[in-house]
Amino acid sequence: MIKVEGLTKRYARHVAVDHISFEVAKGQIVGFLGPNGAGKTTTMRMLTCFMPPTEGTAEVAGYDVIQNPMEVKRRIGYLPETPPLYPDMEVAEYLDFVSRIKNLPSAGRQARINQVMERCAVADVRNKEIGKLSKGYKQRVGLAQAIIHNPDVLILDEPTSGLDPHQIMETRDLIRELAGDHTIILSTHILPEVEQICERVVIIAKGKLVATDTVANLTTNLRGAETIALEVIGGDEASVRERLDRIAGILKVTTVPTDGRVRFTIDADKEKNVRPEIARAIIGSGWELHELHGVSMSLENIFLELTSNKEAA
Amino acid sequence: MNAFTIAKKELNLYFRSPIAYGIMGFFALVTGFFFYSAVGFFLQRSMQMAQMGQSTPMNVDEWVVRNVLSNISVVGLFLIPMMTMRSFAEEKRTGTIELLITSPLRDSEIIIGKWLGALVMYATLLGLTAVNMVTLYAYGTPDWRPMVVGYLGLLLQGGALLAIGILISSTTRNQIVAGVAGFCVCLLLWVLDWVTAFEASTLNKVIAYISVVSHFESFAKGVVDLKDVVYYITMIVLGLFLTARSMDSMRWRA
Ligand SMILES: Nc1ncnc2c1ncn2[C@@H]1O[C@H](COP(=O)(O)OP(=O)(O)O)[C@@H](O)[C@H]1O
Ligand SMILES: [Mg+2]
Repeated sequence: MIKVEGLTKRYARHVAVDHISFEVAKGQIVGFLGPNGAGKTTTMRMLTCFMPPTEGTAEVAGYDVIQNPMEVKRRIGYLPETPPLYPDMEVAEYLDFVSRIKNLPSAGRQARINQVMERCAVADVRNKEIGKLSKGYKQRVGLAQAIIHNPDVLILDEPTSGLDPHQIMETRDLIRELAGDHTIILSTHILPEVEQICERVVIIAKGKLVATDTVANLTTNLRGAETIALEVIGGDEASVRERLDRIAGILKVTTVPTDGRVRFTIDADKEKNVRPEIARAIIGSGWELHELHGVSMSLENIFLELTSNKEAA
Repeated sequence: MNAFTIAKKELNLYFRSPIAYGIMGFFALVTGFFFYSAVGFFLQRSMQMAQMGQSTPMNVDEWVVRNVLSNISVVGLFLIPMMTMRSFAEEKRTGTIELLITSPLRDSEIIIGKWLGALVMYATLLGLTAVNMVTLYAYGTPDWRPMVVGYLGLLLQGGALLAIGILISSTTRNQIVAGVAGFCVCLLLWVLDWVTAFEASTLNKVIAYISVVSHFESFAKGVVDLKDVVYYITMIVLGLFLTARSMDSMRWRA
């Protein structure tokens, strides 16, 4: 549904988004995680054809954002960081305006507006001026605006920022409900939010892609897993693997192709402290232990880096 | 098609804001004042003329209609920046521009819609002044043709200034800046006309040609001069075209 390749946005002074690539499959709900200033809004603005990328391509709902912006715009719903509301308009009137510029046919338009107002729980304020609504209501009117034309792809920029805890819960529930009908990409700088709503996560920091993974993997990694690099001389890959698998606490072993030697990346439970165990196993099997160390770019470290950047900003 | 949706929204928002009613009240008051002072002056002069034994009556078209229309055209010059200052600037400030640009709308639909909405609003203002003109018929039968031509001219001049105002609004996110800049430009376009008063050199004639006001004179006299119509339409097209360029460059920078 979304395919991003080498997407880059350069402003006059610096690079806001730097060669980002990722994909989102149909029906998925993906969290776009990164501290403030990471480039989340900029990326979303390129995906929604608000502005063109400096470099790279993005395909949304089957159409290229540069070649076919009209087709992309027809198929996306977008909730910018500040909901795009006209404070002087009434809720129902505003949704009517949006439904018209989204080319909703006049037959069934009113029914659709009513349905969306019910769904986003704003029906009770339909005749109120938007400027007089609370922040939570405004956010839900913003969501109603994004889904009014039943788009294939929903792009939500920090949909819960600035809300109180109760409103945050309501908004998250609503987004989860919407997940069945749309492919959703939502940005946030809050990790638990991703855990609660999303299936996959794309992490960016300082405009660069840091990781993309399933939320399940991300959380195991963050909850005390460590990544270890291992290099063995004298043993063949299969037998080393077989020996490693017998060690309790090792979660995943991946082979890194290297000329002549056998290198592995190991995901392990941090609590178990498996490194001495690995060393004993390799030596005990008569092989040479050439290298054994923790890899700094574990997801935990990534997230530590992310949060420290956030505090600095 | 969608340009009308945008125009309707613009009009809707005009009539929601207290500013619109302020502008309408002010416009009605000022033009009313011009009208009644012109009528008063006219009556006084025709009485004097009659006493002095002049047999041909004074022309109401010349003395009232032309005068009032010219005054309206000058007042419009100062009201139009107030009508257009919010146009794009406010959408950029509040972020609603993101809704418009990411909707399946062409830039031209957004721009023409905004201009059309403003033009209808301006036509409404002109309609208020037309009420004054109608009262003339209670006392006589002035020729209606110069009036229609005059209002056509006002509408064309308004259309040109609105296009310029919208262009200015598209370059900033601060409506006050847009208003002040629009006011300055309108003032400039007005005073450019004066240069020919000093010296009718070629340069001055060119400068005067740019002036919006000089092209209204023929309309005020009840004459549709093709060259003036072309001038106003050129200004409208140019203003809206440059607004499209401005939207484009905003997209690259924003
Ligand atoms: N219009 C702009 N001109 C110049 N720099 C910008 C502009 N918009 C954003 N930036 C910069 O680009 C970087 C990424 O911003 P943004 O995409 O808003 O991050 P996020 O949404 O993740 O907080 C920031 O450093 C920001 O200052
Ligand atoms: Mg942002």
